[in-house]
Amino acid sequence: MKPAISPPASADPGTDAGLVTPTVRDLFLGFLGLGFTSFGGALPLARRTIVDQRRWLTASEFTDLLGLCQFLPGGNVINLSVALGMRFQGWRGALAGILGLIAGPSLVVIGLGVIYERTQSDPHIRHLFVGLAAAAAGLLISMALKIVLPLRREPPAAVVAALGFLAIAVLRTPLLPTMLVLTPIGIALAARAVRNQGDSR
Amino acid sequence: MNATLVALATIFSQLSLLAFGGGNTILPEMQRQVVEVHHWMPASEFSALFALAQAAPGPNMMIVTLVGWHVAGWAGMLVTSIAKFGPSSLVTIAVLHAWDRFKDRPWRRIAQKGLVPVTAGLVAASAVLIARASDPSWIAWAITGVCAALAFRTKIHPLWLLGAGSLIGLTGFGQ
Repeated sequence: MKPAISPPASADPGTDAGLVTPTVRDLFLGFLGLGFTSFGGALPLARRTIVDQRRWLTASEFTDLLGLCQFLPGGNVINLSVALGMRFQGWRGALAGILGLIAGPSLVVIGLGVIYERTQSDPHIRHLFVGLAAAAAGLLISMALKIVLPLRREPPAAVVAALGFLAIAVLRTPLLPTMLVLTPIGIALAARAVRNQGDSR
Repeated sequence: MNATLVALATIFSQLSLLAFGGGNTILPEMQRQVVEVHHWMPASEFSALFALAQAAPGPNMMIVTLVGWHVAGWAGMLVTSIAKFGPSSLVTIAVLHAWDRFKDRPWRRIAQKGLVPVTAGLVAASAVLIARASDPSWIAWAITGVCAALAFRTKIHPLWLLGAGSLIGLTGFGQ
């Protein structure tokens, strides 16, 4: 579909010192391109665009900023667009980054929504959507497995995860009270684990 | 109409601030609000919108935009997007300046580690709720199972799996 996204950045003679400070326009266009081309999660492509191609950040600066964006609520790449924009160009940069990132996908997704609503009575389209939805559910299951399976080695953490699952999926408890109860427990367990490590028991 | 917009704004700004660990953790609450509390659509339709959003490019939370648009048109899309992306962005900006000071503190690692099991439970709940609301035919379950296994075991691009699932669905085989 898209054989060559852009020429390799290695042609650039500049080394790590050759970082570029993006303008508001660069930020908007950079994240616009990212939004339009990143299928199945924007993170791998975000790294390539920001570090390798456009050279806005070094690899370690990127990792550091991503650490912040994953720690805070919200999608990590969305937070990254805001943080990068803010760091380079203040409020206007932050707005340019996030608007660039979500403008394209918003239009595409609404276009798909219009097609879906117009055609959902057509049996072929209904069949297609059954397949699409089933595949999307499969992707979500694999993502859940990747997060859940590593907890096997930490039984207390696994119990917290199981309680969260039970509350949300089975009992259908609202999210806010669930998190208000479980997050402190999770953090207390993590603190105890770190302390035990410190005692080198 | 106005009451709907206010409800959308309230729900999604709360979700925005609770989305620790990314968008998939708030999917069950979104579904609960949209399907069970407000009856804006049946669960099967919510799953279909989720699937549509997965097939679109961009960050994985485009279902938010789609839900807003589906419930209240362009105004709904605008309100929902601002409510979902605004508050978490303001938090990011507010914390950005303090980040250099606290990124190496031990409590940050503890808090981050402590959130992992909560996130794990919520994403697992998302997966079960979305899968349960999909079509009950055996072929749909087979597609879900094979896609889950392939995505888990291989590095195959998710778009191929969505495309293959759609094509198998289109044939109508097993439905």
